[in-house]
Amino acid sequence: MSDLSPTPATLSAQARPGQIALRWLLFSLLGLFALFYLLPLFVMVTTSLKSLEEIRSGSLVALPREVTFDAWRSAWSGACTGIQCEGLRPYFWNSVLLAVPAVLISTFLGAANGYIIAQWHFRGANLIFSAMLFGCFIPFQVVLLPMARMLGLMGLAGSIPGLIFAHVIYGIGFTTLFFRNFYVTIPSDLVKAAKVDGAGFFRIFWSIFLPLSLPIIVVTVIWQFTQIWNDFLFGVSFSQAGTQPVTVALNNIVNSTTGVKEYNVDMAAAIIAGLPTLLVYVVAGKYFIRGLTAGSVKG
Amino acid sequence: MIPILDIRNLNKNYGAVEILKEVNVAIDPGDFLVLVGPSGCGKSTLLNCIAGLEPISGGSISIGGRDMTQVSPKDRDIAMVFQSYALYPTMTVAKNITFGMKVRGIDAATQARKLAEVAQQLQIEPLLDRRPGQLSGGQRQRVAMGRALVRDPKLFLFDEPLSNLDAKLRVSMRSEIKKLHQNLGATMVYVTHDQIEAMTLATKIVVMKGGVVQQIGTPAEIYNHPANLFVADFMGSPAMNLIPARTQAIADGIQIEIARTEGAPIVLQSPLVQDLPQDVILGLRPEDIAETGFRSGAAVQSAQCRIDLVEPAGADTYVVSELGGKQVTARLHAETKAQPGAMLDLAFDLAKVSFFAPDTGERLN
Amino acid sequence: MRAWLERQIPKMVLAPSFVAILIFVYGFIGWTAWISLTRSKLLPKYDLHGLIQYKRLLAAPRWDTAMDNLLLFGALFICIAMALGLLLAILLDQRIRVEGVLRTIYLYPMALSMIVTGTAWKWIMNPGLGIEAMVRGWGFESFRFNWVIDPEMAIYAVVIAAVWQASGFVMALFLAGLRSVDGEIIKAAQIDGIPGWRIYTAIILPSMAPIFLSAFIVLAHLAIKSFDLVVALTGGGPGYATDLPATYMYAMAFSRGDIGQAASSAMVMMGVVFAIVVPYLYSELRAKHV
Repeated sequence: MSDLSPTPATLSAQARPGQIALRWLLFSLLGLFALFYLLPLFVMVTTSLKSLEEIRSGSLVALPREVTFDAWRSAWSGACTGIQCEGLRPYFWNSVLLAVPAVLISTFLGAANGYIIAQWHFRGANLIFSAMLFGCFIPFQVVLLPMARMLGLMGLAGSIPGLIFAHVIYGIGFTTLFFRNFYVTIPSDLVKAAKVDGAGFFRIFWSIFLPLSLPIIVVTVIWQFTQIWNDFLFGVSFSQAGTQPVTVALNNIVNSTTGVKEYNVDMAAAIIAGLPTLLVYVVAGKYFIRGLTAGSVKG
Repeated sequence: MIPILDIRNLNKNYGAVEILKEVNVAIDPGDFLVLVGPSGCGKSTLLNCIAGLEPISGGSISIGGRDMTQVSPKDRDIAMVFQSYALYPTMTVAKNITFGMKVRGIDAATQARKLAEVAQQLQIEPLLDRRPGQLSGGQRQRVAMGRALVRDPKLFLFDEPLSNLDAKLRVSMRSEIKKLHQNLGATMVYVTHDQIEAMTLATKIVVMKGGVVQQIGTPAEIYNHPANLFVADFMGSPAMNLIPARTQAIADGIQIEIARTEGAPIVLQSPLVQDLPQDVILGLRPEDIAETGFRSGAAVQSAQCRIDLVEPAGADTYVVSELGGKQVTARLHAETKAQPGAMLDLAFDLAKVSFFAPDTGERLN
Repeated sequence: MRAWLERQIPKMVLAPSFVAILIFVYGFIGWTAWISLTRSKLLPKYDLHGLIQYKRLLAAPRWDTAMDNLLLFGALFICIAMALGLLLAILLDQRIRVEGVLRTIYLYPMALSMIVTGTAWKWIMNPGLGIEAMVRGWGFESFRFNWVIDPEMAIYAVVIAAVWQASGFVMALFLAGLRSVDGEIIKAAQIDGIPGWRIYTAIILPSMAPIFLSAFIVLAHLAIKSFDLVVALTGGGPGYATDLPATYMYAMAFSRGDIGQAASSAMVMMGVVFAIVVPYLYSELRAKHV
């Protein structure tokens, strides 16, 4: 708090003890907040490693006396999501099968669209871009009903391709925004030079623009992956038993009313469901943050 | 001879905004054409139209006798150097230079041979494996030129290629481009806002303003006989003095009267008979006003002027005096004894004078 | 002809995306709007009946609760997340050596699914074995923390979890803003002898007005779309105590078989979002392109 505190002590050099105290206050505050953010993760991990017995008798924040991975095993391959008791595993793979193509397709489309809007100016391009941008901000509830019907008409109801389709369509806006904002910073002379060199639309895209887009591709892939992996609304609305993504299965495990409440299994399942995006965050946090701020700030 | 570049009645609009109006330019093979004008005058747009990078709204462009109006840039047999160099950032210098040939499906052996030739010519051999990001401004400039040279086109287009370089490098690159032009005998179209570049490089200059061609001519024509007040003011540094004056026909020529805030008006008599209106703008370059005794000729007339400012510039000394309500600059020899506030006899070489109409700005003589 | 075709390629490549957006965003909004003006129940009917669904919506106590909750939840969530995010950003801006680590810790919840967040907090806040039991175990026998099962308090439990998830993101936004303030201005202020806290209140914070606006927009948007968190944390309960428009819409669409109500509630949600987002986006786009 040192620089913020309205005490005159911070101003003069003589007030060293006061400044040191403020420095300590600053660190304790930062530490306390760190605890606030870490506590749920800590509780999740410890709970998932305890037996139900220990959970009932011990304290929430106590470390497990006896570490057991039974809950993890059960969460992965035995927990009930309703009638079925196969754990998260099949749903985890559903999410993978769903997220990978959806991320790739929407990223690729976004790259092509962004390239066109930023570098191949034509009348109405900005209007199209605005239309796409506004599409990013709609609450998806407003398209939920017709999309469910449309997927039915297309024969994709309750299927993973149907979910991929929905995620691609409603991801285009953001991916286009990312790439467009990246490509507008590239001087338009580059396209002109390539045109004079004889390269056409696709050649310029493949040979010149894609190779220099690595940073924005990473940002977009991470953003899209996080969005799609963590999605619940589309998953719960457009899937059926067997094709549900991991978030829906997690919710079903946690809220299934059959049998005893197994908190350790719930926590293990929650960690499993959160692990891929958490991993991405830890490995590529810089790009993750860039995506977050770009996706929310830039118009 | 068929002009190598022939632009006829070219018009270019963005919606209702007219960017280029009725442009007519033709040049012969080997010409160095410079398009010059202030920013926003349409010179870069004109270059882009020649390249086919911007569609035109009316008129025609032909290159080497072929109508190119509807032809895409890659088939126009042109090469272009850009202000930002526009080097492909992810490719090495060598790939940058050969990309065009690769796209056109030229065999690898030819590519390598041409690359070696150009690299040698521009002395960029040590750079071939680097990427543009690792090059200095001057090196990038050379690579951009290399990319154009390797094409061996009918027409080289340059879009302000030197404006991103520092002053010293700009001068040396300017002479390199000039040498290149002389050695290759190639035809070049060059856009710049810098009138000195235009004067030093061009065999033919097009001065533009507001999308309209103001004057086309050799550097000497443009400099000595500017077609209007805009060209007179734009070309040359320091600019031509443009002084409001009154003229009157006399027995053996004309008499020119320039008002002054203090003292009697200056009266000059020119032996050259010209039919002029009473009110004119008189245009005289600084070097055509000298210290009396340093300039002679039939049309040299002297007058005492009050010197307001003395600016030594090394080789020359500029002095400023107020005439006709304007700050008039004269270019004197470096050893002049001119003192600010003192009077000095100045010689006006009326053989070099230009007259303009005050209302239209058009040249009268 | 070939040159013309070449010029059309960009448009042709962009067209499928544009058409998809037209149909799946704007067309679908139109469809939902239409249905919201009909008497559709289980299946869509296309005869218009005016504002009947909106009247039903206004008359439904459950919708009333949902809108009240949205207002309460939205206001608290936005205010607390902004205040906390700003505080954390300013604290982190004091040249802390471990800033990178702390930033990572503050921001990681944003990478998690709301379902995971909800599951975790549901466990932490459950009265029998969570915080309540823990504090009682420390000897405070009368300690009560049963918000998740208390209809009066459950919505505040949702606020806690939502703030936990999103405040780190606000921190990141503000920190970027703090760092982008011109260093020379701050140096000039320091030379003028302006105290540190005054530099913040008089110079840095006012220059961050656009970031406040962005943060507000994003948080408001998150609040209105909040669905997963409520589902995972309280399931909308106890009773309908934590219903939000999003959960109301979902219930009408998929469990109650009342798509007329679902459509009209979705339209209201969109109206609220657009009332907030459109002026912002419009000004952004104008500023960029004109």
